[in-house]
Amino acid sequence: MSEFSEGSDPGGAHAALLSAVQRDFPTARGQSRFGDDELQVAAPDIARVLTYLRDEPGLRFAQLVDLCAVDYPERPNRFEVVYQLLSVVHNRRVRVKVAVPEDAPVPSVVEVFPAANWYEREVWDLFGIAFDGHPDLRRILTDYGFQGHPLRRDFPLSGKVEVRYDDGLKRVVYEPVHLPQAFREFDFESPWEGAPPAAPEDPEHD
Amino acid sequence: MTDVQIQNLTLNFGPQHPAAHGVLRLVLEMDGEVVERADPHIGLLHRGTEKLIEHKTYVQAIPYFDRLDYVSPMAQEHAFVLAAERLLELDIPPRAQYLRVLFDEITRVLNHALQVGAQALDLGATTPFLWLFEEREKLMGFYEAASGARLHAAYYRVGGVHRDLPPGLTDEILAWADGFETILADVEELLNENRIFRQRTVDIGVVTAKDALAWGFTGPMIRGSGIAWDLRRAQPYEVYADLDFKVPVGTNGDCFDRYLLRLEEMRQSVGLIRQCVARLPAGPVLAGNPRIRPPARGDMKHSMEALIAHFKLFTEGVRVPEGEVYAAVEAPKGEFGVYLVADGGSRPYRCHIRAPGFAHLQGLDAMVRGHQLADVVACIASLDIVFGEVDR
Repeated sequence: MSEFSEGSDPGGAHAALLSAVQRDFPTARGQSRFGDDELQVAAPDIARVLTYLRDEPGLRFAQLVDLCAVDYPERPNRFEVVYQLLSVVHNRRVRVKVAVPEDAPVPSVVEVFPAANWYEREVWDLFGIAFDGHPDLRRILTDYGFQGHPLRRDFPLSGKVEVRYDDGLKRVVYEPVHLPQAFREFDFESPWEGAPPAAPEDPEHD
Repeated sequence: MTDVQIQNLTLNFGPQHPAAHGVLRLVLEMDGEVVERADPHIGLLHRGTEKLIEHKTYVQAIPYFDRLDYVSPMAQEHAFVLAAERLLELDIPPRAQYLRVLFDEITRVLNHALQVGAQALDLGATTPFLWLFEEREKLMGFYEAASGARLHAAYYRVGGVHRDLPPGLTDEILAWADGFETILADVEELLNENRIFRQRTVDIGVVTAKDALAWGFTGPMIRGSGIAWDLRRAQPYEVYADLDFKVPVGTNGDCFDRYLLRLEEMRQSVGLIRQCVARLPAGPVLAGNPRIRPPARGDMKHSMEALIAHFKLFTEGVRVPEGEVYAAVEAPKGEFGVYLVADGGSRPYRCHIRAPGFAHLQGLDAMVRGHQLADVVACIASLDIVFGEVDR
């Protein structure tokens, strides 16, 4: 499954080191699915875990490739903040996840990875997750003066305001969204799986 | 003598400025001609792609990826279909893998031709831009022949590619490849030893290897700093492991090194295009799994099952098993990744897009501090920024 385990990782040294992470941070849990290694850690530990992953000679995850969040409104810890790390030296990736409830801040990791700065701003902007200790937590992608956090599952796809140029006022005005037709979301998912259709054998495919 | 109060000047650069490469608004704090701090304001092209994808089926999500970095569309579709394929545990037919690599490399030339041309144009040289754009037109012709669209191709599918190449296209591609290398040589002759070009790029925007790692740089931005990191080599996908190519690496990490590096990458891409055409195997271009592959048009005329399968595929879509996966490709600008969370339904639960330009633009502040205002333009050009992917 893991196409990276050969070559750069003889004898599963990384698996051993990832379990060492779990020894030093008892709340951490590790798993591997679809070829991706994953670590679940407690929010207060995140900066320490990432420093450990970055500096440990056998790991050297020196690059924070990506940071994002996922919203699960039905869970008690509503948000999951996801850090994707890359080790250029060992040619290995790891995903670190932190589950946080709504309105609880996550410690910022800008001190560990400067690259986290904009990514944390983006997560704040789109999900409303605050990052404790972030030097400059402004909105980044949405409009100046935007209200709400659009990537939350309960934020409507059509948004809440629309803009148009008002010829009388000679400027752009913001108004609540007015949909001439109610927003339609088709749910085509059928409850039954059905029998798999017969495979078309001819390679002539159109 | 009265006290003279010296104040730093805050300069607003963009969002409508030809050298801003799109809608970049840059707030520069200037001490005379010297930049003290650069604060990029992004998001002017934010279209909520990630939110939209949550409301679309997997097939409907593919065209959004063309519209991110609109200079290298197919490379981004590739990351998304790779992510979905890993969740579905699909095997891709070899012909489709070669076609994908072929068009990934055409995309790389398409992107680098624009970058090199635009960088030269920003620094005052018009001719390379015109020459390279002519080549881009030809490449977009190949895009059109394969997919039907010059830019927003939507050619890749989960399980393969949409359709096979029209007859004769590979010969046209080979003919183009023969002529392109002379164009590259001409561009090099104009720029490499050009005094103005060198003065504007050598030792400008130096990125050390340490900084490149800390800022999450990838692609030419990290290779220019001397780290030989290329996903096509390090974590090969499709058939890159079987193909022969070199990974060029810079030494100084300045704008000039990155320019040379991109030129060399175009040469390597031409080599890869030739290899793909030479090795292109026969066979289907879409995985045979009937849950993924639409039935043939002819079958739908006389088979009720085929008609139902077609209807289900294009209304309900493909159900992707629950799970999450991060798939990345070496897009021309750097690592383009897709973090896909599936809940077992026919729409992605969450699809986060990791755009290389986002990380690169973030590093601009560190790159341009202490440089003069005119060098900011050289740095922006060398970062290879396209706002479709930065703002998403």
